[in-house]
Amino acid sequence: MPVNLAQSEISQIETRIERSESSAEIAELEQGLQVWNGRLERIESQSPFSYVERGVVSAWEFFTGTRWTPILKPRAYGVLPLVGGTLLIAAIAALVALPVGLAAAIFLSEYAPNKVRRIVKPVLEILAGIPTVVYGYFALTFVTPLLKILFPDMLVFNALSAGLVMGVMIIPMVSSLSEDAMNSVPNSLRNGAYALGATRVEVSLRVVVPAALSGIVASFIIAISRAIGETMLVTIAAGATPNLTINPLESIQTMTAFIVQLSLGETPHGSLEYNTIFAVGLLLFFITLVMNLLGHFIVRRWREKY
Amino acid sequence: MFKPRLPFRKKMGSVIYVMFLLATMIGIVGLVVLLAQVLAEGAPWLNWNFLNSYPSRHPEEAGLKSALWGSVWLMGLTAAFAIPIGVGAAIYLEEYAVQSRLTGFIEINLSNLAGVPSIVYGLLGLTLFVQWMFSGERVLLAGAMTMALLVMPIVILASREAIRAVPDTYRQAGYALGAEKWQVVKGIVLPQALPGILTGTILAMSRALGEAAPVIAISALVYLTFVPAHPLEQFTVLPIQIFNWTSRPQDEFRGIAAAGIVVLLVVLLTMNAVAIILRDRYQVRSDT
Repeated sequence: MPVNLAQSEISQIETRIERSESSAEIAELEQGLQVWNGRLERIESQSPFSYVERGVVSAWEFFTGTRWTPILKPRAYGVLPLVGGTLLIAAIAALVALPVGLAAAIFLSEYAPNKVRRIVKPVLEILAGIPTVVYGYFALTFVTPLLKILFPDMLVFNALSAGLVMGVMIIPMVSSLSEDAMNSVPNSLRNGAYALGATRVEVSLRVVVPAALSGIVASFIIAISRAIGETMLVTIAAGATPNLTINPLESIQTMTAFIVQLSLGETPHGSLEYNTIFAVGLLLFFITLVMNLLGHFIVRRWREKY
Repeated sequence: MFKPRLPFRKKMGSVIYVMFLLATMIGIVGLVVLLAQVLAEGAPWLNWNFLNSYPSRHPEEAGLKSALWGSVWLMGLTAAFAIPIGVGAAIYLEEYAVQSRLTGFIEINLSNLAGVPSIVYGLLGLTLFVQWMFSGERVLLAGAMTMALLVMPIVILASREAIRAVPDTYRQAGYALGAEKWQVVKGIVLPQALPGILTGTILAMSRALGEAAPVIAISALVYLTFVPAHPLEQFTVLPIQIFNWTSRPQDEFRGIAAAGIVVLLVVLLTMNAVAIILRDRYQVRSDT
């Protein structure tokens, strides 16, 4: 039996209860209501895709609405504030991690002696192995108070602190992948540039980096995709206020943090509110999937052949 | 006329070099500051009582016994699912599979799966395991299956690397002695690839140990005052317990969260160290 049939039956009974005068009839109707509610529950527990069948929220509202309040009345299901929060955090993280990671990769690949590289690279990779709850804790208890000195009116939960720490977290992803790409640039290119009188920096920035560009861009994309999907750090440090803003001092909510918030709450399974986490999760999955595919595509298609 | 301006370019070069060096230091400094901060906050709370008592509303009594054992359970069960399936898949793909559209498809999927956000795995586990298999019960087994899905791509990728690194001459030597394909795989390839497989597996397990998001998505409890006795019981894990303490308003819980983080990091870094030692030791042995 389709879910909306049970729902329409329930709402019909509800209106009849409202209109009815005699208490005996109301009692009888309420019994019927209980039966139908039970049926609805059973259908929903059987079908994990019931949120698709119900179709209460239109795709238009979901993708273009600018308010996201699925658990507060009046309810609104516009996902843009969550997407905006996610992108804001990812953008701050990218501003930190892309230049720093690339510079670190150039240092490791072009300057550092082998010994230094063999120590520094694993140390940097420890950064990527630290659980993200730890980063969340660090952002909330160390970075936020520090930033408050600079921006006194910053909120306790804010996008800036979470984004900065996220940036540090994804540095090794950029530096490691970019370094691999630069390492595979053949020495003949470097020697050619030196023969023309280029300095070391010029060789690094104007020969090696352009030659390894596809790998570098791919590492950027994969790192940003990681930032978009990251969960615990933003749940702990960035707040739980779906907020369409570009002000990094405000509290925001990301797609991932919303899923956590609802998973922890008391929202009953099978309700529309609860099923929003699947819609948000699906959107998140597609965004990261497209980015990862793009990253792989760039590596494969535009790799310089030596 | 061409002007080399060499002194200026050299000066620019050293300025930019210093910037590269500083950029490399940022990550390392960040790591050191993070570890120092956690240790400073957490050290006063670290004692035997903390390891051996259950979570509590009173900071002095709070401990992570249930979370610690929950993590141990989850690790064990995850390994039981992820290792046989992951290594098996790697053996198939490296030794048996013929290059076809299907294997190409599997390979693309594997590398994409490694990039899927962990919270999405949590939602998958919620639907597939919690709702369908265990009809709404948030049990350890469902958590372990979710985690196994999450770490399987890592196990497969690492095992494939290790198997691929075994030289073909070894296999041919086996065949020359009249061994069957499976005998070659079992007797020659797997023992040679074992250190690499172990390293990858330990790294995958440490990933599973640190992940909180998927376990939260399948709604593992955050406040538990018993140690799970079998795989069909409810559970909590270290990262969730830490997350829970982090979000408490009282100041004391910050210290307790830090103490929990110290425990988690000690276990993680030990696992990573073991992985590195294993790899080094076996590498030396196979060289001689």
